[in-house]
Amino acid sequence: MTLVVEIASWSLILLGSFFTLVGALGLVRMPDVYTRMHAVSVIDTLGIGMTFLGLAVQAGFSLVTLKLLFLMALVFFTWPVVTHALAQACLHAGVQPQLAEDRREFGRHATDVQGEGRPSSN
Amino acid sequence: MFAGAAAAILVALALAIVRAIKGPTVFDRVLAGNTVGSLSIMLLAVFGFLTDRPEFLDVGLTYGFLNLIGTLAVLKFFRYGDLAYDADSEPRS
Amino acid sequence: MRWLSLAALLFAFWLALSGHYTAMLVTAGIVSTAVCVFAAVRMRALDPEGHPIELLPRTVTYYPWLVREIASSAWGVTKIILHPALPISPCMTVVEASQKTAAGLATYANSITLTPGTITAGVDGNKFTVHALVRDGAIDLESGGMDRRVTAFEGKT
Repeated sequence: MTLVVEIASWSLILLGSFFTLVGALGLVRMPDVYTRMHAVSVIDTLGIGMTFLGLAVQAGFSLVTLKLLFLMALVFFTWPVVTHALAQACLHAGVQPQLAEDRREFGRHATDVQGEGRPSSN
Repeated sequence: MFAGAAAAILVALALAIVRAIKGPTVFDRVLAGNTVGSLSIMLLAVFGFLTDRPEFLDVGLTYGFLNLIGTLAVLKFFRYGDLAYDADSEPRS
Repeated sequence: MRWLSLAALLFAFWLALSGHYTAMLVTAGIVSTAVCVFAAVRMRALDPEGHPIELLPRTVTYYPWLVREIASSAWGVTKIILHPALPISPCMTVVEASQKTAAGLATYANSITLTPGTITAGVDGNKFTVHALVRDGAIDLESGGMDRRVTAFEGKT
């Protein structure tokens, strides 16, 4: 039983570290600000989530676990606010995203035209 | 093992700082700074477990709130050039 | 009713953070809880937007779905980052939100941002400007599956 718990917590922490490294690598590799935000979102969701869950499993049922879960909830609720503010500030400042396709003009309409036969998504 | 996780977070921090130095626009640097904030919360939590002193979590909590307020304040400053500027009127630039 | 739940939440937060349960500290906790609730009432922050307790029962079904969605799309973004050719096709699109309340709209916008691969870059009424890392992410969002989930989460108000 203890061995199972140990293995579970270590694999969670290892996976969290892996996703943190991947997110930081994406932060350096991606071509412009908007795509870099997507890379950082991997750190702030899976990286922090898995690392803190692993630590919480290590701590067992205690105040430390409660604090870890609260810290996780704090990051999950504040991170989208910060990222949205950053993306909006970029748009306002006139930083043009490098786009493969701009669907802003038709958006919703384009989906209706394509209908059910969408080969690209699933 | 905690040391391994801490090392991974430190490498990620180094990469974020590379982006903060290189970043062509100011928003890249703000994003990198925000990432450094998130990573330091993680590093504080892992370091607390590494040295068996979970009090570091309280410091992490403060860092979480400061990260939110600090990033929003910096963004507002770069938009209006002034933190006490009336947000209802048009931006100056 | 709302102020009672806020007071209970704040006091539980105080107890969890302090970890010492002497008479002096618990009294200080009660006093600061009372001050915070009084300030919230005076600021009129205790409305369905500021403290939406009626959404609480439906988080049981919505949050696990959101976590699964986040995990699967984060894995997709991870594969893109680790791919040597970096196969991205960034898109900007506009999606319409069908929620009625401010809390529902905020939940939808935050869910879009929290899911790796899509970011809400602008809000104009109930039209969200969304930046997606790959084209498929934008098309998925336009088909409105998440929108329906959030509207169900918001419930009838």
